[in-house]
Amino acid sequence: MEEKINEISKLKEEALSEVNAATNAKELDEVRVKYLGKKGELTSILRSMGSLAPEERPVIGGKVNEARDEIDSNIKLGEEKFAKEELARKLKEETIDITLPSTKVKRGSKHPLNRIIEEVEDLFVSMGYDVVTGPELETDEYCFERLNLPKGHPARDMQDSFYITSEYLLRTQTSAVQARTMMANEEKSPIRVICPGKTYRRDDDATHSHQFSQVEGLVIDKNISLADLKGTLEVFVRKMLGENLELRFRPSYFPFTEPSYEVDVSCFKCGGKGCNLCKQTGWIEVLGSGMVHPNVLKMNGYDPDKYTGFAFGTGLDRLAMFKYGITDIRLLYQNDVRFLNQFDRLDR
Amino acid sequence: MKLSKNFVKDYVDIDVDIKTLAEDMTRVGNEYDSASKLLNATKLVIGEVKECEMHPDSDHLHVCKVDIGSEVLNIVCGAPNVRKGLKVIVALDGAVLPEKTIKRGIIRGQESNGMLCSMLELGLEHKYADEVDKTGIHELPLDAPIGEDPIAYMGMDDEVVDFELTANRGDLLSILGMAYELGAIYDKNVKEIDLSHKENSENINNSFKVEVNTDNCSIFLARKVKNIKIGDSPAYIKNRLIASGIRPINNVVDISNYVMLETGQPLHFYDADTLKGKIEVRMAKQGEKLFTLDGKERTLSEEDIVISDGERAIGLAGVMGGLDTEITDKTKNVLIESAIFDGVKIRKTSKEILRSEASSRFEKGLDPNRTYMALERAAKLLEEYADGEVVEGVAKFDKSDLQNREIEISFKNINDVLGMVISKKDVLDVFRRLKFEVYIDGKKSEFKEQEKDLEKIEKITVSVPRRRGDISIKEDLIEEVGRIYGVDNIVGKLPEMPMKAGSFDKVTRGIRNKMVDLGLNETLSYILVNDKEAKYFTKDDTELVSLLDPMTEERNTLRHSILPSLLKIYEYNKARSNKDVAIFEIGKAFYKKQEEYGETNKIAALMTGDFYLGVDNKKQVDFYILKGIVEELLDYLGYGNRYSFVIKEDKLPDEVHPGQAALISVNNDIVGLLGRVHPVLEKEPVYVFEIDLDKLLDKKVGKMKYKEISKFPSVKKDLAVVVDKNITSEEIATIIKKAGGSSLSRIEVFDVYTGKGIEENKKSIAYSLTFEKMDRTLTDEEINESIEKIVEMLNKKHGATLRK
Repeated sequence: MEEKINEISKLKEEALSEVNAATNAKELDEVRVKYLGKKGELTSILRSMGSLAPEERPVIGGKVNEARDEIDSNIKLGEEKFAKEELARKLKEETIDITLPSTKVKRGSKHPLNRIIEEVEDLFVSMGYDVVTGPELETDEYCFERLNLPKGHPARDMQDSFYITSEYLLRTQTSAVQARTMMANEEKSPIRVICPGKTYRRDDDATHSHQFSQVEGLVIDKNISLADLKGTLEVFVRKMLGENLELRFRPSYFPFTEPSYEVDVSCFKCGGKGCNLCKQTGWIEVLGSGMVHPNVLKMNGYDPDKYTGFAFGTGLDRLAMFKYGITDIRLLYQNDVRFLNQFDRLDR
Repeated sequence: MKLSKNFVKDYVDIDVDIKTLAEDMTRVGNEYDSASKLLNATKLVIGEVKECEMHPDSDHLHVCKVDIGSEVLNIVCGAPNVRKGLKVIVALDGAVLPEKTIKRGIIRGQESNGMLCSMLELGLEHKYADEVDKTGIHELPLDAPIGEDPIAYMGMDDEVVDFELTANRGDLLSILGMAYELGAIYDKNVKEIDLSHKENSENINNSFKVEVNTDNCSIFLARKVKNIKIGDSPAYIKNRLIASGIRPINNVVDISNYVMLETGQPLHFYDADTLKGKIEVRMAKQGEKLFTLDGKERTLSEEDIVISDGERAIGLAGVMGGLDTEITDKTKNVLIESAIFDGVKIRKTSKEILRSEASSRFEKGLDPNRTYMALERAAKLLEEYADGEVVEGVAKFDKSDLQNREIEISFKNINDVLGMVISKKDVLDVFRRLKFEVYIDGKKSEFKEQEKDLEKIEKITVSVPRRRGDISIKEDLIEEVGRIYGVDNIVGKLPEMPMKAGSFDKVTRGIRNKMVDLGLNETLSYILVNDKEAKYFTKDDTELVSLLDPMTEERNTLRHSILPSLLKIYEYNKARSNKDVAIFEIGKAFYKKQEEYGETNKIAALMTGDFYLGVDNKKQVDFYILKGIVEELLDYLGYGNRYSFVIKEDKLPDEVHPGQAALISVNNDIVGLLGRVHPVLEKEPVYVFEIDLDKLLDKKVGKMKYKEISKFPSVKKDLAVVVDKNITSEEIATIIKKAGGSSLSRIEVFDVYTGKGIEENKKSIAYSLTFEKMDRTLTDEEINESIEKIVEMLNKKHGATLRK
């Protein structure tokens, strides 16, 4: 029996040293077959148990199984190691040059002016405003007369118009939609709208285009004040151009508002210190605004003794130019695809 | 309006630098363009030419010894009029002139320590310079003090702000108006204007009559000044006119301009001896003729206001005088006209003839009190500076309203509108500064009230002088309070309105997003095109809309289609080697139909060059890519299965390729077109589509709903048939759909083949057909049966055979 036990432990030592010496999974498998296979050397000891004394059998059996387990677990460890090595080798083999050019998935882009319009719309819609539109081929009545600008009014000079007939013209201002909105509101209930759109004036130079875009805002309710206008414009300007900007109201004149104000915003380039963008003043004019003129309320069916309102308007071309750093307004209308392609980016 | 600081200081005592003044005015709503010295030149001194010799090496230069008091300078001068004994303006070494800096130097071997200047070199505009200054150096009077500042000596040490005034502030087109405005800003009094003059004893009304026969003249005043002497104006009048942008002429003409600048009231002076004892204001007769003082013959209309001598027109009221009655060098007796004409009428006439300082003042409205003031002021100045003898009395017509406007306003109203808290005392103070009278409980305020005196006062009445024609309602007064008190302290807040959901045009936004997703760039182009292009891509019964008065012929018509605009953009890009262009635009197109004008919302797209189809699949644009874009869009908008592409050659516009174009039909209604641009127009293959969005979106679609997916596997079968070449894929698909029945869920074309193995005039089309049922798996027999049926029907309808 002693001899048998020695033989078992010798076999075990031999097997373990072979496991250790194995350099790949195949060699390990050969070790397994040699010792643990059906015809393996350890297996054959079990097979020859019949020749042992009955009391010896469990002892020898136990020893053999002990040895088997130890060899087997060593083989498994080895296999795992080789599998890991194999995977690492494969991954290495599959390494690619990630600096090669990408495979393009091209998407189009929105025009910068429409990007601005969408941004303005989303902002005001989030404050409960409705976005309304009106015709571009407008009547003199809605473009001027219903906005307190009768025929022959000197302020019409501010907006030299493209007339089609004496009654029809290309609208010079989105304010035309103000009158339309008030007229269309049959219950004469409170109004909260913005109207973005194209406008046209006989004007063409480096900073003016005969076609341009504006957005107009109109709020009518009881007890609307200049403070409401200022607060609303603060939200507008800060969301569009920068959170820390300050506003300055400068008295001005528009026939459809009274009082009227031009709104300057502290220069977003230099922070108000003075630079070439703000012409060293620290302020940039961005909006025209005011309290809706009582005549305009009256002419469009609202009782000025009950209702007050504010209105504001701003040029979107300039806003787009400020926001995207565009220095020449003509770029907006040339539609060079190299220009357009740049606007496929989320502006965060 | 150019404001001369020296001029306005006659009426208000201000002492601020010109930039501050301009900024302070801006804060109350009066913007400016520039603010600077009248003459921008430094280091100037009055000198006397003591010696003047020809330069030894030049045929036109002189070498002068100029005494400037502290020393005698050697100066080389090229002016032809330089001579010994002349008093001159010397720019010293280091002087900065508008166009140059003076440096000591050697000119052709002769030392030169400065420059002798003409007024032009000091920055005087060419139109104000006299002949001497235009050709040589300025000649100062012989008693000019050597060593002193010549600009101050000439009285031209003035500063000017060029204001860009708003259309409502006609009152600021006068020095007096400016004085009131500055008085309010700096809390200063406005001094009275001197109107004092003598009168002789012949009354004008004994020999002269004024008659007004139109509603377009509310006041007409005339005065006569006799025995005037035409000559030069005093320097201060000339300088102030120049500072204000008006060229001095002679004392009489200058006075009429000077008084207009002071009071805002335009005047007209007639040579009284050319008149017939009467002036009539009336509307012109249609076709009436008049020679205006610029020498042109004008043909008038019933819309023009004219001045007549009772027989014929002698002037266009408020716009331009007549040639026959103008002031000349020989004029002895002057008739001063001071009147107000209707602004709208003046505006119309002046637009056709001449916009002038006078007409712009009439347009913006005038104060009739100033009409009187200007008349007296002109008489005074003619007496003083033209030795005139003022004839007694005024010939007048006056139905104007001279009274102040009384407006009642509550303190609460002011604060409610401005959204801030201004004390009652501060409100009163604004009106005091503006020189408006205020009535409290019917009693005129002396502006001595303290806040506690006003505790129970809710309303006041403000009496607004006629000079402020822009103020007529309480909102105007609120604006004045805001202007003068300042609104910088308003704390912004959001309107307190009930919460509600806002709304916007989801569909346009959706279309834009979809087109961008499909890989196209959005453009924005001009709607104004030329009349030739405007007709492109249109074939309907509407007319084009054109401008009455276009800026250029290139932009004289409103587009009827967006496509001409897109073609322009394509050309622009092609010229810049941008070969791959895939663009779209959503915008308006315009039309005229039976005298009615209208506009349509459209979407148009243009594609050419290479186009990326998904991942790394670049393909040259062809008709089918374009068609795919259109289908994607229509499917996205919910019109799947409701559209078709129709070939109707007579309905296609001439600008598309007749063999590669179709109309887009939805619900059997034509909504647009797609196809290749006609090769005559574009040689390269350029593809376009355009859809009338109003017409399309008018067709209702149901809500988007999920469609059940079959739990049972589907089966794919390929089928290739040979048919005549002229049979369209759509015709075949229609039959397949019909024959395949409800279990046929998808038909795809995967190959179209002509050539070897296929008879001439035939083509092979291969389809991949997908069959599935919602409730079970289809058996092979069922599918084979369907295929057989399809082949049979195709054979029957189109003579199709299975491709072997």
